[in-house]
Amino acid sequence: MEGSHAVAEAAKLCRPEVVSAYPITPQTHIVERLAEMVADGELDAEYLCVDSELSALSVCLGSSAAGSRVYSATSSQGLMLMAEVVFNVAGMRQPIIMSIANRALGAPLSIWNDQQDSLSLRDSGWFQLYGEDVQEMTDQHFIAYKAAERHDVLLPGFVCFDGFILSHTYEPVDIPTQEEIDAYLPPYVPYNKLDAKSPLSMGMYATPDYYMEFRYETDLAMQRAGNAISEVGKEFGEMFGRDYSMHTESYRMDDADVAFVALGSICGTVKDAIDEMRADGIKAGLVKIRTYRPFPAKEIAHALAGVPKVAVLEKNISLGTSMKGIVGLEVKDALTGTGIDVYSYVVGLGGRDIRKKDIRAIAALAEKGEGNMFYGLRTELL
Amino acid sequence: MVDKSLELFDCGHRACGGCGPAMLARLMLKATGENVIVVASTGCMEVFSTPYPETAWKVPWIHSLFENAAAVASGIEASLKHNNRTEKVVCICGDGATFDIGMLCISGAFERGHDITYICYDNEAYMNTGIQRSGATPYDASTTTTPAGRMSTGNALPKKDLPQILNAHGASYVATASVAYPMDVMKKVEKAINTPGACYIQVHTPCSTGWGFDGAKTIEIGKQAIECGLWVNYEMENGELKKAKKILRTPVDDYLKAQKRFRHLFKPERNAEEIAKIQAIADANAAKYNIDIKLKE
Repeated sequence: MEGSHAVAEAAKLCRPEVVSAYPITPQTHIVERLAEMVADGELDAEYLCVDSELSALSVCLGSSAAGSRVYSATSSQGLMLMAEVVFNVAGMRQPIIMSIANRALGAPLSIWNDQQDSLSLRDSGWFQLYGEDVQEMTDQHFIAYKAAERHDVLLPGFVCFDGFILSHTYEPVDIPTQEEIDAYLPPYVPYNKLDAKSPLSMGMYATPDYYMEFRYETDLAMQRAGNAISEVGKEFGEMFGRDYSMHTESYRMDDADVAFVALGSICGTVKDAIDEMRADGIKAGLVKIRTYRPFPAKEIAHALAGVPKVAVLEKNISLGTSMKGIVGLEVKDALTGTGIDVYSYVVGLGGRDIRKKDIRAIAALAEKGEGNMFYGLRTELL
Repeated sequence: MVDKSLELFDCGHRACGGCGPAMLARLMLKATGENVIVVASTGCMEVFSTPYPETAWKVPWIHSLFENAAAVASGIEASLKHNNRTEKVVCICGDGATFDIGMLCISGAFERGHDITYICYDNEAYMNTGIQRSGATPYDASTTTTPAGRMSTGNALPKKDLPQILNAHGASYVATASVAYPMDVMKKVEKAINTPGACYIQVHTPCSTGWGFDGAKTIEIGKQAIECGLWVNYEMENGELKKAKKILRTPVDDYLKAQKRFRHLFKPERNAEEIAKIQAIADANAAKYNIDIKLKE
């Protein structure tokens, strides 16, 4: 099944009452499929075609505040246009789940994949899950709703997957039945909602005497989201045989001399490259980050303990920083005091291919202590 | 029928004395009764009525952002519809949130035809941020971003005709009103919430602080605006003009003279050329909506 259609199936199985989204490549196949499901009576939801991503997420906010489970999906520029609402939804503690088909940000305009869009909103108060393949990103939707709606969390979440590379790829995927998902994900029970029988004010303004505590509480909730994702990921594993209790996945990390850290579809290529390197006597491993927010610093530090060199593959650029990569900064922070060398490698921006030989070359650079750089530039263009 | 004796907009909020928008909030809720969900934009009313942990709203109320009330209301309405709930959804937003920054979301909501009532409290500038010009600011009004000066007579652009824009969206009911006529406001709100589809009411809500008049004179100023034809109270149903308030029209001078925002038109002497342009706006309104009973001698 195509990745986007698997995501649409997952969204449908979660029984959203309201779906609202705006067309943007490469997310469109998801909401097109959902529209077909509504049109064919397969999904009993209000499907709102809106004027913009700004409205798409605002509609979701309203429906969620009124007590409905809601769904949206976007990419890139769309996510940026809704950025103000993104922060607002988290502050208002609405457990909205949104799929992000990761895509580069303009300018220059690019419809192709990198992860600049969702990573740029890392401080927005949404938890962020990244899928490596179609099965994982499909499963993460069930997990996301279940974690988000817990009353000790009540935070929104992104389920991120690489645009085109995953959204438009056909893979075999196990889609649970409605009965199974109904058993796993009970109907949404809001902590509170807009209701004339029990009036309350939502989204009031806070003076300096009150504002900081709201932010503190939201941060606490984000920390609890980590536990929740782990717990419901474990529960998912017990029911469906695919365990997501860990925020990271370690691949051939035993006795590794160099460890890659990455998010998303690139991990498949990295695993293949590692197998080849291992066959050639190069002891490489991978720590895949599945939950990027909240950042699983302890788990990452544990997974990387004792590895001399860490190479973080970054499909993003934090312009003007010395490491250049967003994720590397946080990995380095997680490893503070360990003496482990952490390097960022900016790769694959705007959809540029990353091949196994590139992974191998980056391992060599890390071994030599060369990093915090772009990898794969066409120097003839510079 | 709703019980109009209910006070659902509580006292103790932080509005200025004589605040037109505060009067509207009270009237609006008298008309809707308790079975309502109110959606607010960022702005004066949101700030003066909901300083956490206090709220003046005795009905469910939500504020998200400056520009997205119509979209939030759309989402609420969709959720209510899905669950067969009966609450009415009413937006209450300032003119900046309506005429300018919120246009995209409003256009979408009206195009989709949600069963919502969108009420604009029109005090003709961005008052919450300190009296800056909006698309609703009338011609020649001096604001902090269109100050009158040696080279300027204030706001150089006419007020945007938003009711007609929403009428062109196919709104089922579009009306204008003024807090100077409270019974009319309540009647129109009641009509809008009981009319299926997206309805728009634009209410003139004089702002003593922003316009520069004594807070005891809010009603008087509102009446003067109607009497000179610079504000017209009318109703449109399914695209047709149904009713406009007829008046014995007065010249615009008294209305302008009563407010600091137009004071520059009379100093050092009466600026006949500019006032004639404003009079022409009133004359055009009168002709367009056919409001003249007869001109005063």
